[in-house]
Amino acid sequence: MGKHQMNQTYTTSELLSVMCSRVMPDGAIIFAGVGVPLLGATLAQRLHAPKLTILFEGGIIGPFIQPGRLPSSTNEMRTAEKANMLLNPTDVLALLQRGYVDIGFIGGAQIDQYANVNSSYIGSYRQPAPRLPGSGGGNDISSLVETIVIMPHEKKRFVENVDFITSPGYVAGGNSRKDAGLISGGVLKVITNLCVFDCDAVTRRLCVRALHPGVTIDAVLDNMGFRPEIPDDLETSEPPTGEELEILRELDPTRIYLK
Amino acid sequence: MTTGFQSAPDTPHYVDLRARLAKRDRGLRDKVMSLSEAIGTIADGDHVAIGGNTFSRTPFAAIWELVRQQKKRLTVSRSITSTEGDFLLAGGCVDKYMTSWFSQGILWGLSRVMRDFVENGKVTYEEWSHMSLGMMYRAGALGIPFLPTRVMMGSGMPEALVTSLETMTCPYSGDKLLLLPALNPNVALIHVQRADKYGNAQYDGLPFMDADMAMAADRVILTTEKIISNDDIRNAPDHTKIPFMAVDAVVEVPYGAAPHECAGFYEPFYKHMDEYADFTRKNGVPGALDYMQEHIFEPRDWTGFLKKLGVGLPN
Repeated sequence: MGKHQMNQTYTTSELLSVMCSRVMPDGAIIFAGVGVPLLGATLAQRLHAPKLTILFEGGIIGPFIQPGRLPSSTNEMRTAEKANMLLNPTDVLALLQRGYVDIGFIGGAQIDQYANVNSSYIGSYRQPAPRLPGSGGGNDISSLVETIVIMPHEKKRFVENVDFITSPGYVAGGNSRKDAGLISGGVLKVITNLCVFDCDAVTRRLCVRALHPGVTIDAVLDNMGFRPEIPDDLETSEPPTGEELEILRELDPTRIYLK
Repeated sequence: MTTGFQSAPDTPHYVDLRARLAKRDRGLRDKVMSLSEAIGTIADGDHVAIGGNTFSRTPFAAIWELVRQQKKRLTVSRSITSTEGDFLLAGGCVDKYMTSWFSQGILWGLSRVMRDFVENGKVTYEEWSHMSLGMMYRAGALGIPFLPTRVMMGSGMPEALVTSLETMTCPYSGDKLLLLPALNPNVALIHVQRADKYGNAQYDGLPFMDADMAMAADRVILTTEKIISNDDIRNAPDHTKIPFMAVDAVVEVPYGAAPHECAGFYEPFYKHMDEYADFTRKNGVPGALDYMQEHIFEPRDWTGFLKKLGVGLPN
């Protein structure tokens, strides 16, 4: 365990929210869920990306979420605060298909070597245990636009092959995503509380790109069920700043999501 | 993938769909009735589509009455499902559930009731993507048998459905497309902020899939916070989202989405939602049934349920 980690004064969700925020460019249009991506997006709007636009599957274009009033669903009115437009969910999701969205964010219960995400069934879909909440707009996002997956870094979540593909990453690797009919989008990054992955340009397998402060490559590997690609030149993420943490805690004072 | 011609289970043939619509009295007539009368028109085995999403503008009073009337063997569709799904399942009303997501809400975690029904094979459960269900209602509203899309391919979702999905190569571009069958529910249950006695409906806030669902369905049962005059509708016809000709019943039900939210009227009753979550967290389906006994079956009427929520209506 590194020095930074021993001295760390932030939670896993805070770290994930900060890392999420930093990959959102100013002026971009992003598609997010509530929780970490929303905290990250709102943080980005306060710091480096005031022109960032958030879309929610509930049908919401460009809201500004109020501190202390974080929504608990992408499909409720709190999520629509100070929005520019409210649409039918079908039409807001169609913006993904039309190509208006730069980055979509998803989570899930499992992720595999080709960045496929499962949020539907653990075990066989014929006899699952447990049956999970399901896709929502997750499949639409990952099928249509460049996607960033946010995932706690745990062995049970990082499995060689997911039990069920809810949201396709690179399917079976190589060109199989395109061959399946998914000719746009793909997983850009996977952000965990230990590191950042992207997918190898040829094999499409997960590839460790950057380690978070104080995290060793062994810690990354020990908490995965398969071995990802590991390049020689690993980057190190900058730790969350005091300002980033302060804003996050102001947004979520009762720690609904900042667990 | 199948070959030959066969209707997807919830897509009637166009000729039948038109015949069913032709039989409806679509005139400008008074459709106001009681909640029990309106829900009484739903037959066992019907496909019932539910407006709103999650805990927002849910036609909760209509579902409450449907559970009280012990409807059976329904197909239920709603793209994002919250507690109403628990009550329909635990109430023994559903044979088939079509949704993209099912949980009370992410704050409360997995639905114990849905898990019990799906994991033990007590319901046919179809998971679609959120946009897919929306496009299926839209295809139903457009009177066409399918809409092509670029989602759900490469995933496990098509294989896990009862409905067998077709793909095609686009004759113009050569792209591979997934064909989503039209969804034409027998009944759409929709709650709005205001409507007139003829069924001209106006709603505020998130529109959800309600308009497509209404135009796709054979019949629409509308509950409304308030019945307003037809003059008020005609003064702002651009705000009307569902036209009278698609509506078959209008029921005035104040707090008709409670304990879920209705934009401009009330937020979700979070405390009550927490209390319900405790019932199922401790005791799964029997816990849900205990809650339902107290909140759905015992109250004499909807006002009785609202009292339990702590809402007193002015006389």
